[in-house]
Amino acid sequence: MAKYSLFINGKERSVDVAADTPLLWVLRDELNLVGTKYGCGVAQCGSCTVHLNDVAVRSCAVPVSAVGTKKVTTIEGLSEAGDHPLQLAWDEADVPQCGYCQAGQIMTAAALLKRNPKPSDKEIETAMTGNICRCGTYIRIRKAIHLAAQKGGKS
Amino acid sequence: MSTTFVSRRSFLKVSALAGGGFMLGFHAIGKAMDNTLAEDVFVPNAFIKIDATGIVTLMAPNPEVGQGVKTALPMLVAEELNVNWNTVVVEQAPLNTKLYERQVAGGSGSIRSSWESFRKAGAAARQLLTEAAAKTWNVNVADCYSENSFIIHKPSGKKLGYGELASKAATLTPPVEVTLKDPKEYTIIGQRIRNVDTKSIVTGKALYGIDTKREGMLYAMVARPVFGKKLKSVDDSGARAVQGVKNVVRWENRIAVLATSTWAAKKGRDALKLEWEDDTKPESTRDHQEAFKKLIQQKHDAPKRNDGDAEKAITGATKVLESTFEAPFLPHASMEPMNFFADVRDGKAILFGPTQTPARTRTEVAKVLKIAEENVEVGMSRQGGGFGRRLQADYSVEAAMISSLAQAPVNVIWTREDDMEGGFYRPTGMYRYRAAINEKNELDAWYLIAAAGNQPNATRENSFPAGAVPNFRVDSHNLESNISIGPWRAPNHNFIAFTEETFIDEIATALKKDPVAFRLELLDRAKNNKFGTVAYDIEKYRGVIKLAAEMGNWGEQGKNGIYKGFGAHFSFGAYVAQVADVSVSGGKVRVHKVYCAVDCGRVINPSGAENQIEGGIIDGIGHALFGELTFEKGVAQQKNFNSYRLIRMPDAPLEIETRFIQSDASPQGLGEPCLPPVIPAVTNAIFAATGQRVKRLPVSLMTFL
Repeated sequence: MAKYSLFINGKERSVDVAADTPLLWVLRDELNLVGTKYGCGVAQCGSCTVHLNDVAVRSCAVPVSAVGTKKVTTIEGLSEAGDHPLQLAWDEADVPQCGYCQAGQIMTAAALLKRNPKPSDKEIETAMTGNICRCGTYIRIRKAIHLAAQKGGKS
Repeated sequence: MSTTFVSRRSFLKVSALAGGGFMLGFHAIGKAMDNTLAEDVFVPNAFIKIDATGIVTLMAPNPEVGQGVKTALPMLVAEELNVNWNTVVVEQAPLNTKLYERQVAGGSGSIRSSWESFRKAGAAARQLLTEAAAKTWNVNVADCYSENSFIIHKPSGKKLGYGELASKAATLTPPVEVTLKDPKEYTIIGQRIRNVDTKSIVTGKALYGIDTKREGMLYAMVARPVFGKKLKSVDDSGARAVQGVKNVVRWENRIAVLATSTWAAKKGRDALKLEWEDDTKPESTRDHQEAFKKLIQQKHDAPKRNDGDAEKAITGATKVLESTFEAPFLPHASMEPMNFFADVRDGKAILFGPTQTPARTRTEVAKVLKIAEENVEVGMSRQGGGFGRRLQADYSVEAAMISSLAQAPVNVIWTREDDMEGGFYRPTGMYRYRAAINEKNELDAWYLIAAAGNQPNATRENSFPAGAVPNFRVDSHNLESNISIGPWRAPNHNFIAFTEETFIDEIATALKKDPVAFRLELLDRAKNNKFGTVAYDIEKYRGVIKLAAEMGNWGEQGKNGIYKGFGAHFSFGAYVAQVADVSVSGGKVRVHKVYCAVDCGRVINPSGAENQIEGGIIDGIGHALFGELTFEKGVAQQKNFNSYRLIRMPDAPLEIETRFIQSDASPQGLGEPCLPPVIPAVTNAIFAATGQRVKRLPVSLMTFL
């Protein structure tokens, strides 16, 4: 075990875990930030997507020892009041079915809008290809990303 | 299907809530009290809570796996209650077979089995509130009406809110008869209502089974045998040496490692030194294929359906067409892998987690723990998909056993690999079709011989075109296997529709007829000169076929490289026809758009309904294009999403256009019926584009030049 100081959602958090523990399990088991989901453990499904310094990463494939001083943002920290344009757009487009993958979808989409505020269909597809939705809500996800982009993208 | 809608006498129970307000349980008299009901009739119930502040809480008794019943079922109650939907709070109810019945997510049955009784529950509460207001004002009940969570006295315009009336309503005798609203007055049913949980989902607050945490809880991971193997020896010293590992327990052929974190449990499980030995013969996909090939050449002694004499008609035919189709195993691969929380101590079991069948969970847990069912409590979390996998109780029973052995609360977490290797798959099978064409160039015989693993009922013998063909026979062989199978979204239909609708397309091509015109011609035959029982409604079938053809500009082939394919199917009470726009370019299949016509009776929530349709279509396309699980000596060869490909956004159509046939008929199933027809719609379009027939799924096994 080793002690790590992490900067998560604007706060400093200390954990004492094995160095090889993926950030995903630190968030979920140690810090009770369970909005970040486990889906595959091999960076294939995107359910565990968080931001490291505003870049979307798969937290299942990032050992806690590699996080360092990078700023971690999870779905719980994407907006103060749950009103990020993507969160609102997801409701407006009535996207979720089971909802399990949607936090990861939104985190990937948020990083996309940050670097590309008005993405095309093709650019959305490319950015979102790493996020699987087993319920098949892709058409609504694409629509919600466009809706959020129209309303100014990043809150 | 009509038995589902049997109306029955019922009684209502009113109980006072602490702090004022009332709770109304709508309890329909069950099978034990009414001998006239058939065995398979499900009798649902609902729960309403209105507190003194006017907060209306509607209970959602059925498991929510993404099919939208947590929104749609309370809509039925709210409609009759005349409540302001925006003020309603929806709560997931735990398993309670005294209050609710059919707390199941399966068979696309939640709405169709709840349609009557849930509305009655709302209407009964509305009547009590109206009576309470009339008594308060000392006026005639007939002069009072309800609107938007208020009871209004028509002559004077006086009004009282539901919260103000709640305590009084709780003292009244519930009505035996209730009056339901005229559908023309609906203000909630038929409206686009958004998913009640979206706000919690998009903020990460919605809790799934895997998120369950309780005081003193340990995380567990389990080593399970592959198919055909059993445990020979165990060395758990390495597992116990992992920091955070607290215990290792064995149950039959499984070893569970319990730890203070998921990661430690996984490291501990991976550090187990286990020796396995053959129990039964480990099977490979090749073995199944060889066995199926033999079986489909044999006729079965007990055909599922046998109109006329198909064998004779084939022997004497002018022309015989033959096609064989192959179905791979499919894992459910719900995004949330299997998991369950269990706390079994002192003869009592508390279970909580994702299950499509909480009642089965309770029964099986009680059985394995050898305790009474009333000592088993089952709560349902939100669920990250089900698709049929969570109809099983293996993973909840396992959690109960592990907790019992370790005497600790435990959340058993499956890795994706555990989930993919864990069984209960969509069965693998082979379907051989033959058709006889007579001298008048008519379809004279249809003979299907199917064979599937652990599935003696792999066919749907009354499916179209049964009833339209004079000689019609269906045989189904079972191949015993040690690989477990189970229901997978639209069981059997998910493959049957592909085979039937492809074969119909082949026959149409051989007869030089347009595939849609040929289907309509068969329906005419079923109507005018039916052969045997016709289990589908001919006019409804025709209605969706014509609408889909019109929507999808049927007949326009090859424009801008887009080819069209057609598919139609009837399942779970709903009629669905689809046209798929497909291009095949550089060997790559792309589905651009799907047009979908649906007759599912009255639509409760068009937004939720369309979401199910879009999801079913994308799910169907994905599994048709990529889904295949193969076995090598009992071991699943695809273990995670790097080798088992699920559909991703770039593979999904850009657009799905849905139209419902306007209907006042009772609502039918919808979560499953839209998946089966899209597979043949896509593969028939591939044929139109390339001249190559898809007969073995997935499509990705084929090479297109």
